[in-house]
Amino acid sequence: MARDKRPVSQRQTWWLLAAALSAFLPLASLLSPWLAVSATAVMLLRGWMTWRQWRLPPKFILVLLTIAATAGVVVEYRTMFGRLPGVALLSAFLALKLLELRGARDAMAVVLLCYFLVLTQFMFTQSIATALMACATVLITTATLAAAADDRPAPAFLLRRAGVLLVQGLPFMLLLFVLFPRVQGPLWGLPQDRTSAVSGLSDNMSPGSIAQLSQSDTIAFRVQFEGKPPPQHTLYWRGPVMPSFDGRSWRVTRFSAVRTVPPFKVSGAKQDYEVTLEPLGKSWVFALDFPDKLPPESAYSEDLQLLSRQPIRARMRYSMSAFPETSVGAGDTPSLIAEALELPRGGNPRTREVAAKWREKYGDNTEAIVAEAENFFLRQLLSYTLNPPLLSEDVIDGFLFDTKRGFCEHFASAFAFALRAAGVPTRIVAGYQGGEINPVDGLLVVRQYDAHAWTEVWLKGRGWVRFDPTAISAPQRIADNFAATAPENDSLPFLARADMAWLRDIRNQMEAATNVWNQWVLGYTPQRQREFLQGLGFKTPDWQEMTAALAALCGLVLLLLTGWILYSRKKLDPAIRQWHKFTARLAKRGVQWHTWEDPLVFAERAASALPAHAENIRGIAHDYANLRYAAPPKNSTADTPLTKLRARIAAFRP
Amino acid sequence: MSAATFRSRMHAQATRLSALADTASLRQRLHLRFVRWALRVRAPEPAPIILGQRRVYTVPTRGGFAYATAMLVILLGAMNYNLNLGYALVFLLAGMGVATILHTFRNLVQLSLRPGRAEPVFVGEIAHFEVVIGNERNELRPNLRMWLFGSDDSDAVEIDAPPGASATAGLLMPTTQRGWLRLPPVTIETTWPLGLVRAWSYAAPDICCLVYPAPAEHAPPLPYGGETAQGATRDGSGRDDFSGLRDHQLADPPRHVAWKAVARQDDGPLLTKLFTGASAQRIWLDWDSLPMGIDTEQCLSILARWMLNAEAAGLSWGVRLPSFRLDPDMGKAQLAAGLRALALFGNSDEMNSNGTR
Repeated sequence: MARDKRPVSQRQTWWLLAAALSAFLPLASLLSPWLAVSATAVMLLRGWMTWRQWRLPPKFILVLLTIAATAGVVVEYRTMFGRLPGVALLSAFLALKLLELRGARDAMAVVLLCYFLVLTQFMFTQSIATALMACATVLITTATLAAAADDRPAPAFLLRRAGVLLVQGLPFMLLLFVLFPRVQGPLWGLPQDRTSAVSGLSDNMSPGSIAQLSQSDTIAFRVQFEGKPPPQHTLYWRGPVMPSFDGRSWRVTRFSAVRTVPPFKVSGAKQDYEVTLEPLGKSWVFALDFPDKLPPESAYSEDLQLLSRQPIRARMRYSMSAFPETSVGAGDTPSLIAEALELPRGGNPRTREVAAKWREKYGDNTEAIVAEAENFFLRQLLSYTLNPPLLSEDVIDGFLFDTKRGFCEHFASAFAFALRAAGVPTRIVAGYQGGEINPVDGLLVVRQYDAHAWTEVWLKGRGWVRFDPTAISAPQRIADNFAATAPENDSLPFLARADMAWLRDIRNQMEAATNVWNQWVLGYTPQRQREFLQGLGFKTPDWQEMTAALAALCGLVLLLLTGWILYSRKKLDPAIRQWHKFTARLAKRGVQWHTWEDPLVFAERAASALPAHAENIRGIAHDYANLRYAAPPKNSTADTPLTKLRARIAAFRP
Repeated sequence: MSAATFRSRMHAQATRLSALADTASLRQRLHLRFVRWALRVRAPEPAPIILGQRRVYTVPTRGGFAYATAMLVILLGAMNYNLNLGYALVFLLAGMGVATILHTFRNLVQLSLRPGRAEPVFVGEIAHFEVVIGNERNELRPNLRMWLFGSDDSDAVEIDAPPGASATAGLLMPTTQRGWLRLPPVTIETTWPLGLVRAWSYAAPDICCLVYPAPAEHAPPLPYGGETAQGATRDGSGRDDFSGLRDHQLADPPRHVAWKAVARQDDGPLLTKLFTGASAQRIWLDWDSLPMGIDTEQCLSILARWMLNAEAAGLSWGVRLPSFRLDPDMGKAQLAAGLRALALFGNSDEMNSNGTR
């Protein structure tokens, strides 16, 4: 039977079904339920048909089904292009192709579709778990390819064969991965559905918005410090700056990045660090106060928000230096200062009243007013909680005088409001505070539940100075990290609880692995490739050099593999090997042994030719004949005769 | 075999190939040229034929090209979406593709081919050539396919060569002409393990199958008449002198079994009837006694039919051809010698050679 026209056997059908399922199931949860269910149903039906050995449906039914599936996808997603509709279409075609297995060519099509579906998985997630799942799919699919060529071996055998082939592909994969000249995509426009909502800080803050983040242990970014990490209470990761207040929410007002060079002079000690920011889908680039140089593709807004030019949709790495003693904004424009004093007309009368008293008492001495405000916060015995009571009207009054329980946004909001009411320019800064060192790799991990809000107060001559009112009532929150200090009975993300030590250990291990994965597998961008190759000694790693190196190294691997594959050692019985040694020695003395010659007959011949060694020759031949042709001795000293023969032949010098 | 014989065989081979070339399309002609070039050695080759690495060719199959195209598409997808795992996937699959080339190559290289048997057949029957495929490596070599040059791969024989042993491939070829039929060059290929790559080689094992003339369907009756003139004895048909019984031995002809005696006793041994004197009838199958006006091939067909009939009738028969004489006898060897003489009639060169060695 010609190779391409062979029909698909039942065994091969089972294999193809397994491959299709392994490729489709990881994607099923992404598709709309009816599509996922009907594709699975078709595959199960195909399994039933194989089991009962039914005939395949005629071609026109398949054509109708294909049209129906395409129409269904278009109706469901309103388009045929983009990730999800694409995956849906491919899954439908895969399921339908299983109903059309007529020859080797159809089997090949199914296998290739399965490989392609693995790629589409990566468009949605590229985690370690996904990679492992993809490995399983690729293994099954490759075994299916092997089964399509020869379906006789047992499944375990085919899987092992596929495994061996894939392992032999690994050296090429590594070389290509490192050296293949990378291109920064996209090559053509990406369909619009690439974004997905990620929780994180936004451009406004109302009571409860940060408390909501405290439920999430998603990682926001990781930091590697040069040298010893600075103390927790200094780690303020600056994000959105919100100068505008409407009585309930604080808002960002400046979205345009205007300064590519920091508008201040750094001073004091320096701290170097490198941040790997997760794709949060927003523009804020989180940094410690204050950097001397800005990362590429980012700039400061007027109120010192560090903004990336594009929303961050891919993991981003940047190295920075922080100079915590730098003073900023002493010479800010009046409009900025004025904005930091605006208050809504009415509301929160009690706070306004207290603030007015401070103003009366200290006049223009803003520093004294701030100190008084801090004192006031302390006296009010405010408590820090994740679940503050809900407040309706006059949220600031309600927090400061009635409920006295709040989360960081309550503290910051009330503090800023009070100072503004006392005529001191203040603004809210949101970001992350602290983080947690992963003991496995020593990286500081900052999660969504480390989100925080604090205030900056403009002091004449000193500029914007950070004050964190939360620290007044809950100093441990700032000194330690969030997870360690959150009140016992508050609802916390499961893994943030301190009493889950062993779970945290596991998590730390996994996250360290994830970080390595992110940095070296997912983060191996064209830029990283260039850096890495420079580190390896390439002077100018351009594509020509990379290709040359790639070709040379692949050639080397190919050569090694070829050598290994073509090298076939004949495995000889050890006794025969000894015998060959023996006959070679005799051959030197002119007594040639013929392969067809009985050892004992040969021994007689050799003995008569070399009478001096006759005894020895006969003895060796006798031992050898016994070893080869006699039944093995009953007692378990099986290899002693061989050892004896070996010694005897070694000592034989004709 | 003598140098002259070898030359004449080579000549026959060349004529056969060139006859093929005359009728073939351009594509087949090019293929033929390639085969001739690829064979390198002159056909037929001395045994054993080792498929060294210089004569094993490797090219992707159609499936292999489809696989490569799919890799390209995946690579573009990975580039466009900046999917590093996509890169990893496509590089892994590409690496595996390279590894499979080596495996396919290894599955074929260093195989040895030895000529096996080819039992004589009559014209019109299918000749059955055996090629012994030897595998010295201690690993199974699965999915080897072999077919004759001139047929296409849908007639391929599929075999596995077991580790450190040999397997026999039976190649079939129709026969149209009496005489020696030489096995044409064979293609041996494998696409193991994934069917993405095809490794193949050509070989021309030295196997000849003796093709007897087809026995005539309507032959004159056996020439019982003329033999006495040649001085052969004839005791008259059916008048054998029965001399006794003895225990049956395996070598005794079945028609000498004393069936009646066997039937009489329930459980006794088979008995063989013994005869005295030259009991069997002897006849001569004589070329000259054939009817006039028929051509040589028909004569040979009639003689073949006679031989078969004489053998079946248990006669002791001899043959006289214009340049050949076989004394009367019976049995397999006699039949083989007679038919062989007919097959090689008129080909004095090959008359003496023993064909397959």
